[in-house]
Amino acid sequence: MNNMRKIERDVKMTDTKITARSVNVHYGDTHAIKDVDVNIADKTVTAFIGPSGCGKSTFLRCLNRMNDTIDICRVTGEIKIDDKDINHKSVDPVQLRAQVGMVFQKPNPFPKSIYDNIAYGPRIHGLSKSKSELDEIVERALRRGAIWDEVKDRLDQPGTGLSGGQQQRLCIARAVATEPEVLLMDEPCSALDPIATAQVEELIDELRQDYSVVIVTHSMQQAARVSQKTAFFHLGNLVEFNDTGEIFTNPSDPRTESYITGRIG
Amino acid sequence: MSEKHIVSSFDRDLESIQATVMKMGGLVEKALMDAVRALKTHDVELAEAVRKGDKVVDELDLTVKTDTAQLLALRSPTASDLRTVLSVMEIASHLERCGDYAKNMAKRTIAMAESGEINGSLAALGRMSTFVEAMVKDALDAYIQRDTEKAAEIIERDLEADQIYNTLFRSLLTHMMEDHRNITVGMHLHFIAKNIERVGDHATGIAEQTIYLATGEFPEDDRPKLDRTALEYQKSEE
Repeated sequence: MNNMRKIERDVKMTDTKITARSVNVHYGDTHAIKDVDVNIADKTVTAFIGPSGCGKSTFLRCLNRMNDTIDICRVTGEIKIDDKDINHKSVDPVQLRAQVGMVFQKPNPFPKSIYDNIAYGPRIHGLSKSKSELDEIVERALRRGAIWDEVKDRLDQPGTGLSGGQQQRLCIARAVATEPEVLLMDEPCSALDPIATAQVEELIDELRQDYSVVIVTHSMQQAARVSQKTAFFHLGNLVEFNDTGEIFTNPSDPRTESYITGRIG
Repeated sequence: MSEKHIVSSFDRDLESIQATVMKMGGLVEKALMDAVRALKTHDVELAEAVRKGDKVVDELDLTVKTDTAQLLALRSPTASDLRTVLSVMEIASHLERCGDYAKNMAKRTIAMAESGEINGSLAALGRMSTFVEAMVKDALDAYIQRDTEKAAEIIERDLEADQIYNTLFRSLLTHMMEDHRNITVGMHLHFIAKNIERVGDHATGIAEQTIYLATGEFPEDDRPKLDRTALEYQKSEE
């Protein structure tokens, strides 16, 4: 039993999905990310933790070039997904964001029907040839989002009418509808109640079978519960990156220790 | 970790369980000393006090267990805090067992109050207990000071405690074989010796917890494990 859990938690670090080298981010004069090197594994949940303003969300947003949308933001260094440089000028950021899906803090369904929320991405990326094919994609995405049973009888109703937890799972379903390879989550549960949080966490664990999931969270307990790898950011530095079990029982850097044990650091 | 938690009541919770364990440690040290003194001086009254006193140690152990369970549930400690809580639980168990051994020695002292002793065995037991009591005291000191070197040294010392026990075992066995009237007292004294030897093992356990607390890793056990004294003795008799 114990061994099975251990195998389940084990991370094959050979299967690296994302490689970041010497990544620096400046917002105007502010140096937000300082020389970050990290390898993020495939089929693994990696948690980014750290105090507010430490750069964890900024770094997360580098992974699908969301920082491109901010004028004063400048990103240098190299980020590769499957050995492909995502900042290369041949890469279309819109395509990239289909490949690297994102879920935000506040559930943000489109003011459309549940069906159209999911179908929107596959439609604009031309992933389906027919209505029946699109129906399949929608159903598959909603099932992966663990919300199919709750919404299958009201697909034509607005997504905004769902509960907060359901809306967030709808957004996760929407993110996986375009068949991404990486799923970025920026505080996906901070607006949810404990039950909805548990449902999303269970979903994250299931999504790990197919994707590389990177989650930014303020809840250290959530990082401990859902991730296999944890990265601790502090003042723009990646201070420590290790197996989650190791980080939470025996961190090697005193700054990590101070932060996770709730001390002034 | 000398820094304070932002939530100061967390510090008070942690300090409180550690203080309870230290209180247990003080009581157990005294119980061991008194138990051996009662044995050496045939002081039944003192032995009775030791026997009764173990109840307090058991109660403190229960306090530690319930307080740590609460702390785990309410504070979700991590890293060195988690290791503190885990080690405190373990150390309380070790001390509780040591208390039981002192109580058992006291019971045997009462039982054999009317019988004589076996030549020199009480003095030997006294030396052994002094050695082991020092191990317990030093193990608790090492824990308070988070002193891994001192803790490692205690683990080494347990080897010597085992050797003293083996010597005593041989001598008691010889006396019992020479004169079967020695058997009742000899058996009591042997159990007492075994109790003291076990206390040494628990002191070692406490020292191991100190190393885990400070480093996050358990010390490797590379000491020779198998005690062959009894078996070898039997063989040479056959």
